[in-house]
Amino acid sequence: MDVSDGASITQKLPPERSRFGRLLDNERLLASLMIAPAILYIGVMVGFPFSLAILYSLSDATTGNQTLHFVGLRNYIDVLGDPVFRKSLLNTFFFSLCSQALVLVLSKILALALVRNFRGKRLVRFLILLPWTAPISLGTIGWLWMLDSIFSPFDWILRKMGLLGAPDALFGPLSNLYWLGEPSLAMLSVILVHTWRMLPLATVILLAGLTSIPHEILEAAEIDGAGFWRRLFRITIPLMLPIMTIALLFGIVFTFTDMTVVYVLTRGGPVHSTQVLSSWAFFKGIEGGDLAQGAAVAVFLFPMLAGVAALMLKLAHRTEVA
Amino acid sequence: MAQVETKGLTKLFGGVNAVDNIDLMTQEGEFLVLLGPSGCGKTTLLRMIAGLEEPTSGEVLIGGRVVTNQPPRVRNIAMVFQSYALYPHMTVFKNIAFPLQTRGMKKDDVRKKVEWAAGMFGIGKLLDRKPRELSGGERQRVAIARAMVRNPSIFLLDEPLSNLDAKLRTSAREELQQFQKRVGITTLYVTHDQVEAMGLGDRIVVMNKGRVRQIGVPREVYQKPADTFVASFLGSPPMNLIEWGHLLMGFRPEHFLPVEVKASNAESNVVRFEFEVTWVEDLGSDRLVYGDIGHQCAHRHVISKIPANVGVFIEGGKTYSFAVAREDLRFFDRETGLHTDTTPL
Repeated sequence: MDVSDGASITQKLPPERSRFGRLLDNERLLASLMIAPAILYIGVMVGFPFSLAILYSLSDATTGNQTLHFVGLRNYIDVLGDPVFRKSLLNTFFFSLCSQALVLVLSKILALALVRNFRGKRLVRFLILLPWTAPISLGTIGWLWMLDSIFSPFDWILRKMGLLGAPDALFGPLSNLYWLGEPSLAMLSVILVHTWRMLPLATVILLAGLTSIPHEILEAAEIDGAGFWRRLFRITIPLMLPIMTIALLFGIVFTFTDMTVVYVLTRGGPVHSTQVLSSWAFFKGIEGGDLAQGAAVAVFLFPMLAGVAALMLKLAHRTEVA
Repeated sequence: MAQVETKGLTKLFGGVNAVDNIDLMTQEGEFLVLLGPSGCGKTTLLRMIAGLEEPTSGEVLIGGRVVTNQPPRVRNIAMVFQSYALYPHMTVFKNIAFPLQTRGMKKDDVRKKVEWAAGMFGIGKLLDRKPRELSGGERQRVAIARAMVRNPSIFLLDEPLSNLDAKLRTSAREELQQFQKRVGITTLYVTHDQVEAMGLGDRIVVMNKGRVRQIGVPREVYQKPADTFVASFLGSPPMNLIEWGHLLMGFRPEHFLPVEVKASNAESNVVRFEFEVTWVEDLGSDRLVYGDIGHQCAHRHVISKIPANVGVFIEGGKTYSFAVAREDLRFFDRETGLHTDTTPL
């Protein structure tokens, strides 16, 4: 190459960038800058309250006196000895497992239905997403009215069908079922409302998973002689396992930590029969004023949820198929 | 083994005839290739035969039995998809075993069958791997093994070689044909690649715009195209078509050679052209010579394909004498594009 060629190449180089421009070209700096808001958010909104809760749970703080005296694990020992806590713990598991099982089965059915083409599909999709877009408390208040002890439309329908309010009726001779007054019915109501609440998210997640399965794979299975059930259990579900795990993980974390449904519908009653850990932590720590024990109940959830999350992510990783 | 027949098979997609009234009949054990450009309806036709697409009208018969409205699984067909459609979460063994398990075969028999099929396609060592751990060629073998393992009566292939690189494609083509001849299962093979069609097919069905343009053995389709579409779709470069009075005259580039080469033919058996060469392309095995003939007619741009062993020197910007043997000339109607036996020469 001769000298004049070299000169013409240098001339074509872009002009020298400003100092700011060069700073922006530094990918490490840019990456740190971009992730900073997220870290700041997590630190302030999650990290700080979480540390405070741990601190409180090891102290004797109350809503009236927040000076911290270290008391070791006394709060935890007290909490474990409390029958309401043990009841709440069991309820939390029962409530989460039942509602998640329901959500998983129902969302799978809904996703399978919505992946097909039919008239009014957009409207149905919109309606299914609706519970997710409304504030939880608002939706739950709607349910509170529907499950009212006197004016419940469900009771009215059952009465009209002759299943309630007559001497030989299936659901008994009383004019109402008292959905939120009867311990087992109250638990059922809380589970169903929570299922209604979680269903849209799970459906959307599963729908995304379902549409990502190549059509040809299902067609190949059809040609290989597999009917609907075999295709579902041998092809669709295994292929969707990673994304179903993610949906389940979200569901479990949401259900374990949610107190709105319980708080609005039953306030943990009747007689703590629907009390869950998060609502019990709130009643104990905020309404009861015992910040330290409330914090201990709340922090109790953490190792368990962290364990669940780690397990689920590991499972999702192992079943990854792509 | 069985025959496949379609009677007036039609498929409308939003008012467009993707497949338009197709009557087709395979012979027993035949390798039939459906050839046409993208969007000509060949894959839709195959999918209707497989039962994956419901025809708008018409009938599909397999082994003489009407199966038009029956699901794929009762048709006893096997299909290899363009993407192979292997089950990504299953090992190669489970992939091949799947069609056997759906028929309720016993575990021991399944194992034997899978090992037999894997041995036949040289994939015995891959049985424990997942599809993502296989190369393109290996995936293709697994897909074919999965299709063949349960002795289907019909074998459908939808461009199974198009995802392979050129070298692998040639060897896969050879293997596929030998395998098909060995098992003798009636095979329908969809491709847009004319080389594959010519090399593999016992007969070729050339399709365009949802219709069959010609059915015949490869040589016949190539030598005696039924219309100008077939003439210009097959061959690389395609047949030269020039206006000749009220007809179109066609001849293959490899038949259009310098007169020195045609000297052995008697003068009365060849037609001579003055060929103004514009551009010569040397491809190693052949030379492609581009240029114009006959000032008087339109569409006069033609190509000549001269084998490398013909040493005649040709360069751009000069005029040479070229000739075509009369027997290699084809004539087509200018209006309909259909082949005509009228020879104006």
